[in-house]
Amino acid sequence: MSSSPVADYTVVHAKSRSFYDRYERKTELQHQTHFCPGCGHGIVHKMIAAAIDELGVQDRTILVGPVGCSVFTYYYFDVGNVQAAHGRAPAVATAVSRSLPGSVVISYQGDGDLCAIGSAEILHAANRGENIAVIFVNNAIYSMTGGQAAPTTLLGQKSTTTPLGRKAATEGYPLHVSELLATLQAPVYIERVGLGDNKQIAQTARAIRRALENQARGLGFSLVEVLSPCPTIWEMSPVEAQHWVRETMEKTFPLGVFRDQTKERLAAPKPEPAPSPALDELPRILGVADADLPEGNAHALDAGQTIDLQVRIAGFGGQGVLLLGEVLAEAGLDAGLEVSWLPSYGPEMRSGTSNCHVRLAREAIDSPLVSAPNVLVAMNEPSLRKFDQSVRRGGWVIFDGEEFPADCRREGVHVLALPFTELANGTGDKRAANMVMLGAVLELAGVLPEASIAAALRRLIRNPRWVELDERAIVLGRQLFQRALA
Amino acid sequence: MRKQLMKGNEAIVKSAILAGCRAFYGYPITPASEIAEAAAEFMPRTGGVYVQAESEVAAINMLYGAASVGVRAMTASSGPGISLMQEGISYMAGAELPCVIADITRGGPGLGNLGSEQSDYHQVVKGGGHGSYRTLVLAPNSVQEMADLTALAFDLADRYRNPVVLMADGFIGQTMEPVEFPQVATLPQLPDWAVAGTAASRGNLINSLHIDFDEMEQHSLLLEAKYKEAERNETRAEEWRTEDAEIVLVGYGIVSRILKAVTAEARAHGLKVGLLRPVSLYPFPKARIAQVAERAKLFIVVELSHGQMIEDVQLALRGTRPVEFLSRVGGNVPTHEDVLQFVRQIASREGLTQGRTAPERESLEREALEKEQMAHV
Repeated sequence: MSSSPVADYTVVHAKSRSFYDRYERKTELQHQTHFCPGCGHGIVHKMIAAAIDELGVQDRTILVGPVGCSVFTYYYFDVGNVQAAHGRAPAVATAVSRSLPGSVVISYQGDGDLCAIGSAEILHAANRGENIAVIFVNNAIYSMTGGQAAPTTLLGQKSTTTPLGRKAATEGYPLHVSELLATLQAPVYIERVGLGDNKQIAQTARAIRRALENQARGLGFSLVEVLSPCPTIWEMSPVEAQHWVRETMEKTFPLGVFRDQTKERLAAPKPEPAPSPALDELPRILGVADADLPEGNAHALDAGQTIDLQVRIAGFGGQGVLLLGEVLAEAGLDAGLEVSWLPSYGPEMRSGTSNCHVRLAREAIDSPLVSAPNVLVAMNEPSLRKFDQSVRRGGWVIFDGEEFPADCRREGVHVLALPFTELANGTGDKRAANMVMLGAVLELAGVLPEASIAAALRRLIRNPRWVELDERAIVLGRQLFQRALA
Repeated sequence: MRKQLMKGNEAIVKSAILAGCRAFYGYPITPASEIAEAAAEFMPRTGGVYVQAESEVAAINMLYGAASVGVRAMTASSGPGISLMQEGISYMAGAELPCVIADITRGGPGLGNLGSEQSDYHQVVKGGGHGSYRTLVLAPNSVQEMADLTALAFDLADRYRNPVVLMADGFIGQTMEPVEFPQVATLPQLPDWAVAGTAASRGNLINSLHIDFDEMEQHSLLLEAKYKEAERNETRAEEWRTEDAEIVLVGYGIVSRILKAVTAEARAHGLKVGLLRPVSLYPFPKARIAQVAERAKLFIVVELSHGQMIEDVQLALRGTRPVEFLSRVGGNVPTHEDVLQFVRQIASREGLTQGRTAPERESLEREALEKEQMAHV
């Protein structure tokens, strides 16, 4: 402590600044940690705090502590602290690091947390190369919950859930996380170290410092796996436990550097992050700025007529069913009408049938669902049969086919049945059949200004050749409708 | 402001970014994927973060991380994904972290299907995670509301330091309607509780763990006080023609749109029908329902589930009025004709036909039918 009454002395060893002087977040015994005598966590904590001090990154360090014996990291570290759910620290750390690229983010995890419940999170954080340092304390057991088996429990090792010792046949083999993650391309540095003796401990300190240094330099994902004693659960003395780390654990989990790309990463140029745009640029970037939206042609709309167009459009996927509906809705909006467009979605989008609901009205539209259309555009017979019974009396069915099935005829429902796809060939491409049918719909509806239709086509169709072709197809559709009426 | 045609799902993202959201973490699922796709396009271009997570479990925990550093963050999913997020939602409520979660609902249980249901009500409104917590839930029924309520959701999330769910059915997510956006983008100040990687915020802690019993109780009471405050201040409902209604239809999301058409038609048939549409599902508009019940004789709840919100309606009525129920599930929706017929049957059974004589009713119905037949293009 700094307030020693002895005036004339030299401090050679002091508690790290990155530890709180007194652990006030603890409810009792605030001068000591919650760790058992001989536990490795205390040593690892001390090394992390020392590395933070040495690198001078205390203010920008954020430590993510998960569940297990490591759950109370926030009691001790005088850094930004985020407590996370069991196994999820790498996901939490991912977002901390992404939103605060300049911060030093440490995910401190035990073996149950990291290897079992959090196995997906650690794998994918490593594979994305998140700029986080993971300190992985492996003591081959679930300690906090009283000694159940972990994925890292050694073969033959007894635990409360492997009372006869871990068997490969039923519990599989100890999981080698460092080796596993070292097969990925993104991580910069992965090393397994131990706390089995002083030499190992010194190497652990160096490894932890390297991981944090990599983090501070923004080099990417680093992981240090620490083989750590748990005398209480292992039912050993601290000395025996250290010995067991050195003599037994290490045989299953060999120490060493499994991946080190530090030099290569340091040499590689780092891409500069794109500057964030100013707030007033956002509406334009999002495509919602008034200045970029068309004025529309509401002035060209005939004022008197009641408009309540309820259209159902159906056909095979790929026939342009949804686009037909979209052009109609876009044109309606351009003309100042209330509109809605609702597609069928899901697997239907990928094959088979497709349909959409379109409404155009002067008044606010109550429901976008068209259960009783006054216009049905059926681009094939199955679609006709699916919806023909729903068409209102006085309404229209526009059908792609020369022959209209006699059993689909209904009193009071008008029919226009023509081989639209074949006729579309006349425009130069039979794929324009949807637009020929749209032309018929527009002609029978008779409300939308030409300018609105042109505007809708230009808004929805990028290729000018297709716009021109579709315009001709619409004209053809209008003519076909007129001819049929005559 | 000018309007443009846009899908509800896309409107959510644009509104979120204008409201200062700078992080999106998600996992693809139909019918919510357009939200992730729009976020993938626009987040990086507006100074935000987009990550496609390895699972919904990871996604919600990434939201936890983003919210911890004081960033407005959101995700989007559908029933099966929301189930996986419940753990993280509980942790965020416990750690008092704001975020916005869009649930574009589909069919269930299990893999269910991609059709629209409203069977996520219980898991979202009652809270599918562990512990005494609530999520505020808003239920848009149009594309414009997808935009407007998204912005509101971020404000509520920050005000109450709690997750807010925007629950919309697949129809509202997939429908395109005209929508307008504010022309001014906002970016809220960094909250003073955030762990922001600075000297000033070094002492901050994001945590849901309270080992000491008394401390845990205090924390739980604090959360409860917030929910009570939300119940006082954030209850939202839309009413239409309830002033003199004898029969009140209750529905949210796409159903409320259908019920609006039904209300108009039922009125044309001479029935005194009104519509009460909860906009906030938690807090639920209990007081409004109780007030409307002073005049109304009967309630009809319509849901795309076998009856989940109906429990809240019944609780609000405390048994004082009968509640009838109509539903379709599996992706099917009752047409307004179906609902109208149901309403007329109930009205006839209960004698709620405004005291008209049978010939008068028949004449009204004939008129309505003729009008329908006349309904030309």
